[in-house]
Amino acid sequence: MSDRIKDTGYDEWLDAIEDGSGYYLQSPAGHGSLPPRRVCPYTGSTELTETPLPETGTIETYSVIYVAAPGFADDTPYATAVVTFGPVRLTGIVRGVDPEHVETGQTVTVGVEHRKTSDDRVVVFRPA
Amino acid sequence: MKTVRVAGVGLTHFGSAPDRTGRDLFAEAAQRAFDDAGVARSDVDELNYGNFMGADAERQSHQAPIMADAAGIHCPATRYELACASAGVAVRAAVRTIRSGAADVILAGGMERMTNLSTPAATDALSIAADSLFEVRAGITFPGAYALMAQAYFDSFGGDREDLAHIAVKNHKNAVPNEYAQYQREITVGQVLDAPQVASPLGLFDACPITDGASAIVLVSDSYAAENDIDAPVTISGTGQGSDRAALSEREHMAQTPAATAAAEMAYAEAGVTPDDVDVAEVHDCFTIAEVLALESIGFYEPGAGIGAAARGETTADSDRPINLSGGLKAKGHPVGATGGSQIAEMTRLLRGDHPNSNHVSDAEIGLTHNAGGTVASAVVHILEVDK
Repeated sequence: MSDRIKDTGYDEWLDAIEDGSGYYLQSPAGHGSLPPRRVCPYTGSTELTETPLPETGTIETYSVIYVAAPGFADDTPYATAVVTFGPVRLTGIVRGVDPEHVETGQTVTVGVEHRKTSDDRVVVFRPA
Repeated sequence: MKTVRVAGVGLTHFGSAPDRTGRDLFAEAAQRAFDDAGVARSDVDELNYGNFMGADAERQSHQAPIMADAAGIHCPATRYELACASAGVAVRAAVRTIRSGAADVILAGGMERMTNLSTPAATDALSIAADSLFEVRAGITFPGAYALMAQAYFDSFGGDREDLAHIAVKNHKNAVPNEYAQYQREITVGQVLDAPQVASPLGLFDACPITDGASAIVLVSDSYAAENDIDAPVTISGTGQGSDRAALSEREHMAQTPAATAAAEMAYAEAGVTPDDVDVAEVHDCFTIAEVLALESIGFYEPGAGIGAAARGETTADSDRPINLSGGLKAKGHPVGATGGSQIAEMTRLLRGDHPNSNHVSDAEIGLTHNAGGTVASAVVHILEVDK
């Protein structure tokens, strides 16, 4: 929804992924986290640096959702997955492949697209 | 430090009662708890009340004073919210307050009204126990989150849907004689495997139902029980709590639940017992995979070794250490904000010998309850012991 009030930090992060310049927050010790965030969840460091996400990631786990919440009702069935990109993991929907053919270990890229159910944005993975 | 005793427990029937108000459900559970305890309402010092989705289901936040009023007690009343562990943490807070000497009698428990919502609306309300930004907006549902954990478990350790099906079959069988259970009927492995998929690899029969219900526990200090001649043979000798990052993606291992391990270690240490000392347990089986993760987190099995426990008959009613003799969340039902109190009530009945399944644990002295919130970003574990 375009008239939605922003979630500062999170929405800029989605904007960056949508533009192909996705990032994560890196602490001096090399840990990764996602915005909005003021301290590293591992070390407590406040020196967080926006660092480009790797070009591709690896599916760590997945599920094909057949019964969705109302906000995703028209998207079913869809595969949701947790994907590792360097020191962070992202959760999103896998498109560009039959949901039932999604598997752990597959290599994907990340983007931001829209739900089928609404105009809301969603993190989307596609086969690399 | 004062010893805490369970003076009385009360439950409503767990099931579908869409027209019943939350205050009526909780009042019924409280009435039964007071009748069971023989404790005067006027002696209650505090109400610790668990509820998760009342703002969605009844357009009612600030439920604690309403529930105190419905239960006929006049005292400070506080709502505790920790998703599906809301009543567990309400009981934990009561135990710690009584131990401190700040109160002698506390009514603890919880209530959830769910079936007045449509299934999509209930799915939506439950989903927000997950991380709103990074999970809910990525299409994760409550079953979907546990499905991600199940797939991660299969990939890391092995096991399959049939192993999980045996857990559902076991818990349904346990629920048959339980008058409070939502599903007092047996199911087969074939039925579980053939049920419609909800979120692969989990199907409809891997999931707990949507349930209305309430639980209430009258907890008293040892000295109050002695002075008032209250028969309360069950003590809560250990309580523990753990927290984790809400989003699964932020956990080191998506098929392990360290918050529950932390809670269990805390509870074991307080009670001075080890996992091997526990005779019987009620664990948080909101989905079949959750029972596996629970058994591994509380030290009953090594990570990766719990998946076949039900299929091997190691957790069934006739085993050495039965798991979820009440029927568990899976078959007894899961009124979210009441469940942690229900586990305490069922364990108390099992240890006292007045549960329909007590005959399976007639020599049991030590019981454990494991209550989890969300995908175990919160966990509460209690150790109960019975005077023999």
